[in-house]
Amino acid sequence: MAENGRNKGVEQERRRLLQAGAGAVALGVIPGASQLAAHAQGAFDWKKFKGEKIEVFLVKSPRGDLLTKYHKEFEDLTGITVGSEMIPEQQQRQKAVIEFNSGNTSFDVIAISYHVQKRLFGKNKWLDDVRPMMADKSLVDPNLDFADFAKGGLTYATQADGRIDSLPLNLDPWVVYYNKELFDAKGVAYPKNFAEMVDVAARLNDPAKGVSGFVARGLKNANVPVWSSFLLGYGGAFIDANGKLMTDTPEALEAAKMYQTLLAKYGPQGVAGFNWNESQSLFLQGKAAMWLDGIGFAQPLEDPTKSRIVGKVGYGVMPTGPKAQVSALFGDGEGISTFSKKKGPSWFYLQWASNKANQTRMLQAAAGAPVRNSAYAAAQSSADFKAPKQWVECMLTSARIAQPGLPVIAPVTEFRDVFGIALTNMINGADPAAELKKATAEFQPILDKSEKT
Amino acid sequence: MSTNATLPARLAPFLARRRRSYYLFIAPALVTIGAVIIFPWLYTLWMSAFDWTLGSAAHYVGFGNYEKLFGNQRFGEAVLHTFYFTALAVAAPLLLGTAAAMIFHREFPFRGVLRGIFIMPMMATPVAVALVWTMMFHPQQGVLNYLLSLVGLPPSLWVYSPTLVIPSLVLVEIWHWTPLVMLIVLGGLAALPTEPYESARLDGASEWQLFRYITLPLVAPFIAVAAVIRTIDALKTFDTIYVITGGGPGTASETINIYLYLQAFAFYNIGTASAVVVVFFVIVLALALLLLHVREKTKWM
Repeated sequence: MAENGRNKGVEQERRRLLQAGAGAVALGVIPGASQLAAHAQGAFDWKKFKGEKIEVFLVKSPRGDLLTKYHKEFEDLTGITVGSEMIPEQQQRQKAVIEFNSGNTSFDVIAISYHVQKRLFGKNKWLDDVRPMMADKSLVDPNLDFADFAKGGLTYATQADGRIDSLPLNLDPWVVYYNKELFDAKGVAYPKNFAEMVDVAARLNDPAKGVSGFVARGLKNANVPVWSSFLLGYGGAFIDANGKLMTDTPEALEAAKMYQTLLAKYGPQGVAGFNWNESQSLFLQGKAAMWLDGIGFAQPLEDPTKSRIVGKVGYGVMPTGPKAQVSALFGDGEGISTFSKKKGPSWFYLQWASNKANQTRMLQAAAGAPVRNSAYAAAQSSADFKAPKQWVECMLTSARIAQPGLPVIAPVTEFRDVFGIALTNMINGADPAAELKKATAEFQPILDKSEKT
Repeated sequence: MSTNATLPARLAPFLARRRRSYYLFIAPALVTIGAVIIFPWLYTLWMSAFDWTLGSAAHYVGFGNYEKLFGNQRFGEAVLHTFYFTALAVAAPLLLGTAAAMIFHREFPFRGVLRGIFIMPMMATPVAVALVWTMMFHPQQGVLNYLLSLVGLPPSLWVYSPTLVIPSLVLVEIWHWTPLVMLIVLGGLAALPTEPYESARLDGASEWQLFRYITLPLVAPFIAVAAVIRTIDALKTFDTIYVITGGGPGTASETINIYLYLQAFAFYNIGTASAVVVVFFVIVLALALLLLHVREKTKWM
């Protein structure tokens, strides 16, 4: 009951402040919305929701671990108790969908992946629009500094209808890791465009020595971003303005052919079953010249206990395609469940999680690539920051040229599955045009259905 | 007076009361079964008649989901993969397990210790086993290709090849579950009577004849039991396949279970998934009836 009252309080307060402006005195406050309303008129105060308890639902990952490690700091700062659950990504996504679908969630704050969940969550309005709270000075930390957030991150967090239903935490643009030693041995320079990329892969491919010119994900589902990386450079897109798939256009076909050439011709044996971990272990052994994947792998590559190529790794920005230079982007953030009864405390948690200190920590621990620009300067100036300079430059450049690496639709997983199978089949010798045509025909009705209901 | 009435007549009301109280005793079991078996079952049937994706509205489509399934090439292939995998994953452990049981039935030094070692795979967790095998299958860094190279054979792609993936997965099953078959058959062998062997030896039967005409028929019911257990296990195999290949490369090792998992928990197509469950149930039921029939035929005790 008390919780309901408080919830109503937040609602009323928000509406009132929107109507009357932030400066309005709490004239129309209904008795019962006591605690919150009493504070509403004042300046921002971290202790406003002291004594409340929220539940956060995180993904088991270096980022989830890091936030959990510092929850005590948030509790000391705000007096809000944090209960947290952290489970592996796939299970976390399943549980979230099932809970949202049931009309009630056990959590107040949830970590989401934009590339998978943005459209599904946006379509169902499962997360609260944070703009009203952002506009309310009494609820926003003066140090929040929205200008500090990279544009790519904020774009990712903004729904097509303008709602902002999360705050971004981590960006994951795709880059090319390359083995400088192998490049130098043959006097080859890092490729500037797609044609050079294929050429370099061909020249460095040396099956007799067990060295592959190129490695990337071939496993279905996981492999789709590799193809998107090429597709975007060819000037292609996933879907046109009318919701029609553009996955069998000449651009998509060129990208698929490039995928097929690089993986089937210059990739390792069995690459059709490779996910990022198999690719990584091959690259770590110095057995691949180039590896295309998300930017978050610097730590193992520079770790002498795991890597044979410490200090020899180059971090390259995605080469320019015939139409554009684009880095396929992935990312995650946190939002507030629309069924939460603790909107205020949850909003405080969101602000804390994405603050400068936490973003800098994320980078220092190599747990991800922060959305805040200031984190890069802060991390580099600290003594224990070990990531190579080239990695940081690569990240900043890639983030500038990044575009979503997957279509923003509800059935993303099914999209990845259908096109992933097509790509795997291509590695095993199938005709790219026929495979794309088949996959497009198979997926179009699924897409139509998802947008209709 | 009560002595006028016959005994059964006098007992009747008492028995009726007793019968009523019997029902009371089975009520908890009935309620439990109803709640955890019958209700979910009926609800699954009900859901299979809807076109329902989580996050969207549900529409009644009658048998629409089933019609789509039967016209779906991928589902058809998944059914074939399931049968292919099951046939291999039942036959191979049965053959090897029976052979191992014959060996361990004889007296030889360290038999107890070796038998203990032989059954150790059974104690391992399937997911852990699957992860270890994944590493062993790795085409460049896996130990299996290294072993092949030692004996001068060319490297194999194992689970990374669409044609070899199912036999390779069966290899894991064989390693994991042959000991179970061995244990069951060994139990059977220990229970066999000795008289038929004695008289057959007097008649001059060879070792092979002893095995073929006495041991095998006598131990057949036990092999049939092992076959039933293995078939059920093989049909429902999920962890090994999911961890090692996820149904890949492409869809080359996608069984009904993997397809079902994708539909239900990756695509959230609850209606389709429910229909898959119902079809799978019918398949399992048919196979179970067939195996029970076989078991009846092999009975001798």
